Amino acid sequence: MQPAPTRITPSRAKQLNRNLGQFFWLLLFLGIPLALYSLWVVYPTIRTFTLAFTNYDGLSPPQWIGWANFKELFDWRPGGGGEVLKQALIHNLIWILVFITVPTSAGLALALVLNQGVRFDRFLKIAFYLPLVLAPVVTAMVWGWIYHPQQGLLNTVIYEILRFVHFIGFNVDPESARSIGWLGDPNLSLISVIAAAVWRQVGYVMVLYLAGLKTLDSEVLEAAKVDGAEGFNLFRYMILPMLAPVTTIVIVISIVDSLRSFDLVNVMTNGGPFNTSEVLANYMVKASFHDYRQGFGAAIAVILFLITFVFSVIYLRQVMSQEERTA
Amino acid sequence: MSATATAQPQLRVRKVRKGPNPWVLGVVWVFALLWLIPFVGAIITSFRTFDDLNTRGFWSIPQELTLNNFVRAWNQAGVSRYLLNSFEITLPALAIAILFSSMCAYGLVRFRFRLSTPIYLMFVAGLMLPFQVLLLPVFFLANKLHIYDTLWALILFHSAFQLAFCTFVLRNFMKTIPFSLFESALIDGANEWIIFRRIALPLLLPGLAALATLEFTWIFNDYLWAIVLLQSDQLKPITTGLANLRGQYISDWPLMVAGSLIATVPTLIVFFALQRYFIDGLTVGATKG
Repeated sequence: MQPAPTRITPSRAKQLNRNLGQFFWLLLFLGIPLALYSLWVVYPTIRTFTLAFTNYDGLSPPQWIGWANFKELFDWRPGGGGEVLKQALIHNLIWILVFITVPTSAGLALALVLNQGVRFDRFLKIAFYLPLVLAPVVTAMVWGWIYHPQQGLLNTVIYEILRFVHFIGFNVDPESARSIGWLGDPNLSLISVIAAAVWRQVGYVMVLYLAGLKTLDSEVLEAAKVDGAEGFNLFRYMILPMLAPVTTIVIVISIVDSLRSFDLVNVMTNGGPFNTSEVLANYMVKASFHDYRQGFGAAIAVILFLITFVFSVIYLRQVMSQEERTA
Repeated sequence: MSATATAQPQLRVRKVRKGPNPWVLGVVWVFALLWLIPFVGAIITSFRTFDDLNTRGFWSIPQELTLNNFVRAWNQAGVSRYLLNSFEITLPALAIAILFSSMCAYGLVRFRFRLSTPIYLMFVAGLMLPFQVLLLPVFFLANKLHIYDTLWALILFHSAFQLAFCTFVLRNFMKTIPFSLFESALIDGANEWIIFRRIALPLLLPGLAALATLEFTWIFNDYLWAIVLLQSDQLKPITTGLANLRGQYISDWPLMVAGSLIATVPTLIVFFALQRYFIDGLTVGATKG
């Protein structure tokens, strides 16, 4: 314990007394929360790392098997134990690529438009916020209904369009729309799930950019406008660079959210058909609780952790630099 | 006629200069309406009968509107119990997380000690943690503590896990309170607990409101942990309950959608009542750092 150097203390005895008192209060304020956090978050994180090196199946005592789980996971030869992991990694990567491009640019564009004070902007903002309020499970359920081949909204719309095309004389069968299985077709399942996730993410990115735009220095922008910067140039050379810190956060959050994605996949497809929409998080849960290979599941969790960690460091560094500026 | 014709162009010129290009605004409107389609579609479906939808299709004009889907979901499918469970998990977890994190934030800001920054960073790192990493050990821990398949498992885990985000946000809020306020209270003879209760907490109120709205939504909407830590059907919160129903009423979309809408009502109420705080909460982590 160190008292603040600026404080004036009359004597050493008093100082010691004060230190003891401070220690007591620290214990009171931090003790229980830290104990709770250590028990349920810190300890389990460490435990996962040790479990990953065992063959634990949930019943018999775990045995140390070294790197065997990881060797199996990275055996990417056809028929090897790592085939699903490879697929999941590719799917997570696709998810990341979509997430850092589509919702990010859409959210930024919406924020730029809505920041200019348009009429009914409250209504417009709420339209994009609402998906954020829904439970991911509910989102998955509603989208599952949208994608339903026979009764779903999407195929019904396509059916009506085809019927119109047929009506004006083209040779198409409107009924063929009913056979599009958005979640059942191996080529469509992943992108269909991601579309539902994008629906949710756009509002979040928009909120972050709207907050970022409010912090911009309006005097600097006015000065630029007086100097003749307008339209795209104003955006490209003034607003975008000023928004750079927000963009960093948005991209890191998008990547981490992509890696954590679980609920939508689990409810909509559970990774299927044939693992064509499998992601790391869902694969991990499946391996642990359906196949009872908990050591193996822990190894998948470790891989997920390490990938996420790289991006967390970027975020941590940003937070740290803000710390130094305010300290 | 001629008066309005001359007045209009002027008005339009002024508007274009102030707001965005009308074409751009048009696109935004199209997207906003597109974004609402799942909601509107779900609401319409939930008021229709199964047969009506099945035989006549989604775009047909409803023969009859019915509240029956909501009634069936509420009674027969057990949504009422699931919803109650959700509240019994969310409210205590929220209270514990908010109380402990404000204590934690006070401790970290009020006292200068060597571990202050490492502890803070530990919480920030927790924000980014893929929670799946905790899955198996938390499951074992709940078993070992004999709270597996009880609501306590979820309450304790949620409150502990959310401590990271809450402490992060509240610490940064706490930092904006002038330090001299604490010091002068100390000189007036107040002890640290009284300073925390009477000075820090009231000043934190806007932050607490933002946090509580956001946390309520998050804990209420949790799905993964309810799968992992609960087994009995009568304890399930609305999220896993709904997923469970899907297996039973596989093609009964009106019932499923009605259940989903009921599940959304509490978070919608919180959102509309405390909208400003909700938005503040979402951005606080990103812009205030």
